[in-house]
Amino acid sequence: MSARPDTLGETRLWLAQRFSAAVLAICVVIHLGGMIMTVQAGLTAAEIIGRVGGHAGWFAFYVVFVLAAAIHAPIGLRTVLSEMMAIPKHHAGLLALVFGLFQAALGLKAVWGFYRLGGGA
Amino acid sequence: MSTGSLSVSVWRGSKKGRFADYDVPRRDRQTVLDVVTHIQRYIDPSLSYRFACRVGVCGSCAMTVNGRARWTCRTHVNQVAADGRLRIEPLRSLRVIKDLSVDMTDFFDKWAKAKGAFEPTATRTNDLAAIQPGDFKRRQASAGIECIGCGVCYASCDVVQWNSDYLGPAALNRAWTLINDVRDGGSRERLAAVAGDAGCHACHSQQGCVESCPKHLNPTASIAGLKRAVAWAALKGTL
Ligand code: SF4
Ligand code: SF4
Ligand code: FES
Repeated sequence: MSARPDTLGETRLWLAQRFSAAVLAICVVIHLGGMIMTVQAGLTAAEIIGRVGGHAGWFAFYVVFVLAAAIHAPIGLRTVLSEMMAIPKHHAGLLALVFGLFQAALGLKAVWGFYRLGGGA
Repeated sequence: MSTGSLSVSVWRGSKKGRFADYDVPRRDRQTVLDVVTHIQRYIDPSLSYRFACRVGVCGSCAMTVNGRARWTCRTHVNQVAADGRLRIEPLRSLRVIKDLSVDMTDFFDKWAKAKGAFEPTATRTNDLAAIQPGDFKRRQASAGIECIGCGVCYASCDVVQWNSDYLGPAALNRAWTLINDVRDGGSRERLAAVAGDAGCHACHSQQGCVESCPKHLNPTASIAGLKRAVAWAALKGTL
């Protein structure tokens, strides 16, 4: 018997979700660590923008964070949609894709805005 | 020795039906299967149910007992009915034939779909394969090999209920034991058969199957092993 047509695609999605989860785990730790440090240091919003905004390294870090989230969440959402609602898998996939693009667009817009606020670009 | 009586509700009918109530004498060391047998022998001979070995070997006596799938021949009444009440239903997610008997066809067809049959690589003229008991693959296979095919895990798995194509914990556990069997030559096709959203990738890893398996097997771990093996095969381009 040859593999069912969805086999490789499903496996790739699974791999993408696992890899993005690993990236997210690191990103979340760095992000939360940064938040705790800024709160402990009593920094104001303006001071945070001054230190982090406009910094190419932090910009790249948050782009990776946003993209990892935009890959990870829609794959899970697709599964939830297809298990919980009586819709075919490819419709669930389409809805999840739209959600993922929306998520990526909003996230990247925020990261870009923060970068510019801090004097980048 | 009789010690009071049990109040037992039993599903009667097929997909449509109703619960019938029976009073059954309470006995020492009585199993749920003893209760069902008492009803069939002394109260209503038309009650249908299935059993064979009565000692936890054949895997034919599984039913839903007070809301949970169990093997009834080795479930003592005092483990599950402290208040003297029992509600006995057929296994979930399988077509009910009559009363407590379910049609296991889907369950076993899925073993075949998961390529659960051994694919020999040697013939009778070859020497016996020498496999050390401590060998890593041997130990992984041994961990899952004692399955009796009772269907308790299958009936306890929510994903089976949501997705009727899902192969389920028992069939996938079987596939994993064969993938770890160095004498077997069918693993390439087997990995392709168990991947995807009707296979290992549908599993949520919440271990309902582990919790319910009367043989204390861990199908979730087997399925996690399949996910890893399938991922490697995909990365190597052999899926
Ligand atoms: S761990 Fe997987 S196979 Fe076991 S009950 Fe949960 S979804 Fe089903
Ligand atoms: S894995 Fe356990 S519960 Fe499932 S069929 Fe085998 S023995 Fe029964
Ligand atoms: S009757 Fe054989 S396992 Fe219960």
